[in-house]
Amino acid sequence: MRVAWSFLLVVLLAAVAFFGADAGGQALFGVVLPYVAMVVFLVGIAARVLSWARSTVPFRIPTTCGQQRSLPWIKPASLDNPSTGRGAAARVLLEVFAFRSLFRNTRSELRPGGRFTFSPDKWLWAGALAFHYAFLVVFLRHYRFFAEPVPAVVRWIEGLDGFFQVGLPVVYLTDIVLVAALGFLLWRRLEDARLRYLSLHADYFPLALLLGIAVSGVLLRYFVRADVVRVKELAIGLVSLHPAVPQGISPLVFAHIFLVTVLIAYFPFSKLVHMAGVFLSPTRNLANDTRMRRHVNPWNPAIVGHTYAEWEHEFHDKLKASGIPLDEE
Amino acid sequence: MPEKTRDELVQIDFKPPEREWMDPAIDFEARRGTWSYPAAAKNLRYLGFPNPREWSPTDEDWQLPENWQQIIHDGLAERLNKYRSLKLFLDVCVRCGACADKCHFYLGSGDPKNMPVLRAELLRSVYRNDFTTAGRILGRIGGARKLTPAVLKEWFYYFYQCTECRRCSVFCPYGIDTAEITMLARELLNLVGLNINWVIEPVANCDRTGNHLGIQPHTFKDNIEFLVDELEDATGVRVDPSINRKGAELLFVVPSADYFAEPGIYTFMGYLLLLHALGVDYTLSAYASEGGNFGLFTSHDTIKRLNYKIYHEAKRLGVKWILGGECGHMWRVIHQYMDTMNGPADFLEPPVSPITGTAFTNAAATKMVHVCEFTADLIKHGKLRLDPARNDHLRVTFHDSCNPARAMGILEEPRYILRSVVNNFFEMPENTIREQTFCCGGGAGLGNDENMEMRLRGGLPRANAVRFVHEKHGVNRLACICAIDRAVLTTLMEYWVPEVDVSGVHELVGNALAIDGEKPRNTDLRGRPLAGGKGDADA
Repeated sequence: MRVAWSFLLVVLLAAVAFFGADAGGQALFGVVLPYVAMVVFLVGIAARVLSWARSTVPFRIPTTCGQQRSLPWIKPASLDNPSTGRGAAARVLLEVFAFRSLFRNTRSELRPGGRFTFSPDKWLWAGALAFHYAFLVVFLRHYRFFAEPVPAVVRWIEGLDGFFQVGLPVVYLTDIVLVAALGFLLWRRLEDARLRYLSLHADYFPLALLLGIAVSGVLLRYFVRADVVRVKELAIGLVSLHPAVPQGISPLVFAHIFLVTVLIAYFPFSKLVHMAGVFLSPTRNLANDTRMRRHVNPWNPAIVGHTYAEWEHEFHDKLKASGIPLDEE
Repeated sequence: MPEKTRDELVQIDFKPPEREWMDPAIDFEARRGTWSYPAAAKNLRYLGFPNPREWSPTDEDWQLPENWQQIIHDGLAERLNKYRSLKLFLDVCVRCGACADKCHFYLGSGDPKNMPVLRAELLRSVYRNDFTTAGRILGRIGGARKLTPAVLKEWFYYFYQCTECRRCSVFCPYGIDTAEITMLARELLNLVGLNINWVIEPVANCDRTGNHLGIQPHTFKDNIEFLVDELEDATGVRVDPSINRKGAELLFVVPSADYFAEPGIYTFMGYLLLLHALGVDYTLSAYASEGGNFGLFTSHDTIKRLNYKIYHEAKRLGVKWILGGECGHMWRVIHQYMDTMNGPADFLEPPVSPITGTAFTNAAATKMVHVCEFTADLIKHGKLRLDPARNDHLRVTFHDSCNPARAMGILEEPRYILRSVVNNFFEMPENTIREQTFCCGGGAGLGNDENMEMRLRGGLPRANAVRFVHEKHGVNRLACICAIDRAVLTTLMEYWVPEVDVSGVHELVGNALAIDGEKPRNTDLRGRPLAGGKGDADA
């Protein structure tokens, strides 16, 4: 019951912050830990990216997903099999912004008589894309807490997000999408027997944590109604490096902040580093041009195979008898 | 053939077992038919590889070196620094499961550890334990496992149950390539003497004689002469290929199966006829008599060691550039590794077709051209007299071989050739061709007889698609551009779709090619009667 443990852990974390802040730990949960987490995040991510960057790329190994560039009259697949650096960059950007590989996803089914069918399956793509974009918008919207005056672009995003003007305060579409997408991603992990079989705590915990963050955020906006002026005071204090903890902030706010703090600190040590890693994937970010331009391996070992001279020496008599030309008589 | 019938083999249970995947238990005795025999000690000794001994996976004691855990730990540490691919792929997987049902071995066996994600987790769990803080602290809760003998045995089983076909990598949102994981895991296994004979013997042979099959130079010449005679019988034309001839314009390198066994020999006859018809100035080499490279299934160092011969021979013979035959993993090595490993090929000239004058700019650095690129260019320029009706007894589909499709992208060239040389060409369903093509089930050294059940299981998705076009369009010929395919698919078809034969693309070119001085062609290169000719074909 890995999923239950993950949710239990998130509830415990939220409770610790909730009661901890109530018992006078506002400065700890509102200031100290967020700063610590930020440092852990920045150092951790930098270390992770540097460790990837330190590893060499000895060979050019793009996975080619389309026609190569060869003869002039054959149209190459310039995105799925790029032959230039620019094409490879475009391929990575499409991967990052549109989850292009996931879009290819198919579902295979075994039919009676041992026949497989393969049908397009866009659900994972749609769920993943919905989660990531909703999270991005929610993230950007939170910028309103950190800047005075609120930048126009943030107001613009808020306006678009609350386009339907339903409820008071206006319901943001992304809040619904975020919770729904996370719920879907969790559901599919539990519903599909093989996914359940392979999933680790490290797969459930981030989902539980993100759901905890989303749900506490939704509570704060629509139901508990935090005192946003004081929350903003706290937030601006944090980013201006003059932290102060205003009195009277709901402990639920600290629970919300603490879950985000945990997410930030957890990030560099988890599978969430895929955010940075996707840019460096050698099967995606390299052009398929190894026959056009030489790719250099910085540690190319000095290996010499069985030489012709050695070979001719061993098979000399047989070569001679069968009339194959020799270098030495 | 295995004891299991087709009906038994398709009873595939996709329900995962109760036992958690982190607790390994492979009963090699019960799983006979799904693993390959270990490398013979003599082959390891010849190559100077570690820990030569006679052993069997069914033994309790695998006779590992005393410090085997340390050897693998150090080997992994070294490779994490050398291969960004490895480190990144071990770090970024989110286990989304998109790859799960993309593996032919998973589809054919239902064994969850054949899901690419879990295959990688076998290694990843040890990486977490040995190299990550979270793994060290959290242990099993953090998905980390110690490298125990049972885990190592599981590595041997599953990393020699991956054909490095890269299909999963097409679907992975981060491009995680199980072929890369498997290649490096096999390097680690090789460090402690865990390898399979179907890989290591060809490597040893290739190093010594020049080709995987261990054919010595005089036999090489005899084989070629035999095929020249056969070709004369079929066409009335006597071709005259040269061997180890200095000063030829081109060196022509093919996979050894093409001059050794059916059905590859017909493809070889197709090449010879084509090059003869055009008067191309080429030579074969008995020294560089192998295009394939089983080093790819062993270690990067071994790839380089075997591949060395091609440039070495091209330089010695003084040719201008190199032409390569139809072979799958051979082309992965030539396309993605050769120049980096054994280049720069500055002693060769940028390849230009002697017939059309076309500069093969896509091969300007490596200076090696795929025979399908060469022939497609000839056909486009109208340099060949083709009579596709001579293939009318055949209804043809095309199997994209894994490496040419997903490690190169040669998709249109063979199709263009096929459409020019046959009148009846039909594609298999779109999720089973091009970059989504399914493996034959026997690549990466797994095409041996003792592994037959797993080969037939792994080949099931491919066979399914062939059966589909067989039933819908009457397809009776499966064309491909890979020597392993030609061997493995033949067995696969005999079992799953016995009405379908397998051939290379250039066999069909050879059938259709009209050439000066030929006799009236009543048969194809296999000696089978043509449609509408004397004695109607069975099509």
